[in-house]
Amino acid sequence: MRRRDVLTGLGAVAASGTTALAADKQAWMSPHLADGTREVATMGKVPGKQGLIQLTDRPPNYETPIEAFRTAITPNDRFFVRYHLSGIPTMEDLKTWSLTIGGDAAEKPIKLTLPDLRTFKQVEITAVCQCSGNRRGLFEPHVPGVEWGYGAMGNAVWRGVRLKDVLARAGVKPGAIEVWLAGADTAPNPATPLFHKSIPLKVALSDDVLIATAMNGQPLPLLNGFPARLIVPGWTATYWMKHLNAIQISSKPLTNFWIQKAYRVPARLFPVDVPFESQQDANTWPITEMVVNSVIAEPVDGAKAPKAGFTVRGVAWDRGHGIKAVEVTLDGGKTWKPAVLGQDMGKYAFRAFSLASGALPPGPCDISARAVSNTGEAQAVTLVRNPAGYQNNVPQTLTVMVA
Amino acid sequence: MMRALLLKGALMGASMTLLLAAPTMAADGDLAAGPGQDVVAANCGACHTTDYIRMNSRFLSPETWKAEVTKMRTAFGAPIDDAVAAEITQYLIAQYGAKP
Ligand code: HEC
Repeated sequence: MRRRDVLTGLGAVAASGTTALAADKQAWMSPHLADGTREVATMGKVPGKQGLIQLTDRPPNYETPIEAFRTAITPNDRFFVRYHLSGIPTMEDLKTWSLTIGGDAAEKPIKLTLPDLRTFKQVEITAVCQCSGNRRGLFEPHVPGVEWGYGAMGNAVWRGVRLKDVLARAGVKPGAIEVWLAGADTAPNPATPLFHKSIPLKVALSDDVLIATAMNGQPLPLLNGFPARLIVPGWTATYWMKHLNAIQISSKPLTNFWIQKAYRVPARLFPVDVPFESQQDANTWPITEMVVNSVIAEPVDGAKAPKAGFTVRGVAWDRGHGIKAVEVTLDGGKTWKPAVLGQDMGKYAFRAFSLASGALPPGPCDISARAVSNTGEAQAVTLVRNPAGYQNNVPQTLTVMVA
Repeated sequence: MMRALLLKGALMGASMTLLLAAPTMAADGDLAAGPGQDVVAANCGACHTTDYIRMNSRFLSPETWKAEVTKMRTAFGAPIDDAVAAEITQYLIAQYGAKP
């Protein structure tokens, strides 16, 4: 079966062949992505979701189209999907789901079912879940990996229980340093290391780290971690373990490929408040806290715009200090105007911004936005290069044609 | 329709792993024709689709493609011997490498 046949929502275009398809992709794919990335990407459909940009379907890696960031809450049916390993549990498998808490630094191992989790205090937090490699595809020169554009992220209202309350039920022994995390997904080849991660005990005991069972008022979608996933606000999504089914309170650092070799950045390259000391070495640190960033969701690159003007809309976020200001340029960076900030949904959430352009002269209009956090951190002026292509927060640039 | 239906079927109960590994999911359907294509199709589509290769093109240097094949073997356990790895690497450089 040809790839083109499986396109949804682009059926008419698909029939007319590759050239038309490429033209259509302009609307939802950055021209800065590699040619090969643009070739494999399709507007794909996974059950229960609206169209998402499919980069790969096994394992499923789907990003949210940029226009979904016109609102500060990302709907569940537009939320991105990211798996490393293709053995994904089914709803049927997850009927018998339970969560075990143990490890060498736990007082007594316990096992919790979903009804058990409901007996803990329920907490809600609005937080951005962003893949470490969001915008990797826009690295110049390109680096290998899943070649994400702008959409490997989303912001949701997460509801669940505090990890620290669950850990307290098992009892944390003195000497504990990390909390190890495992989910129900598996590798098709048993020689591939399972996707297990850990977080520092200090982070695990913070009030903001949750085991979420609901997202935007609904159970988690299967491909976003049903029935329970870890929420680590401010930290990149690699720690937000999906289908979370085993936790170990440990006196030792976790050792495996995914924590020691992958998801690492040069030491001290990005600001962090809570260093992950037990996983740092002389040269590299695990990637942990996000960097301040913003995305323009409207207008889209290459669109036509009226002379009477239009509204620039998007969202900004950071690693949990909150957004102080967003500025927008309409003249390729010569002048910047302060955008109006939308509702404050908490320091870990997307902060909506908008700017009414006013009347504009005909011709190309080069738009960009840059955010500053409450601690004064600003988006990078030039790309902060690192081998795995993480934390790309160079301001997005786009051009609309005013006529 | 094949992919969409398979995914849907998987979510309705049967194991996704098994369905996605079924032979109807020809993983090599879109690989460029050239010497080594069959070896790549046979060895590089087991854990993920060969779209992982195409997605990462055409910008990797010969050394980086070599390192990727080594990573698949040493980090992820791809059961590939040295001779096959060399053949795969040559194909990737020729078909999916950065233009010199
Ligand atoms: C034993 C399983 C396995 C086999 C076989 C395998 N890979 Fe991979 N490959 C992986 C895993 C796991 C990843 C990481 C996937 C992710 O993070 O989404 C990966 C990722 C990749 C990537 C993305 C870049 C990166 O390093 O993450 C490329 C390119 C790639 N593989 C190419 C190949 C090629 C070429 C072959 C054939 C020689 C191959 N793979 C065979 C497991 C495998």
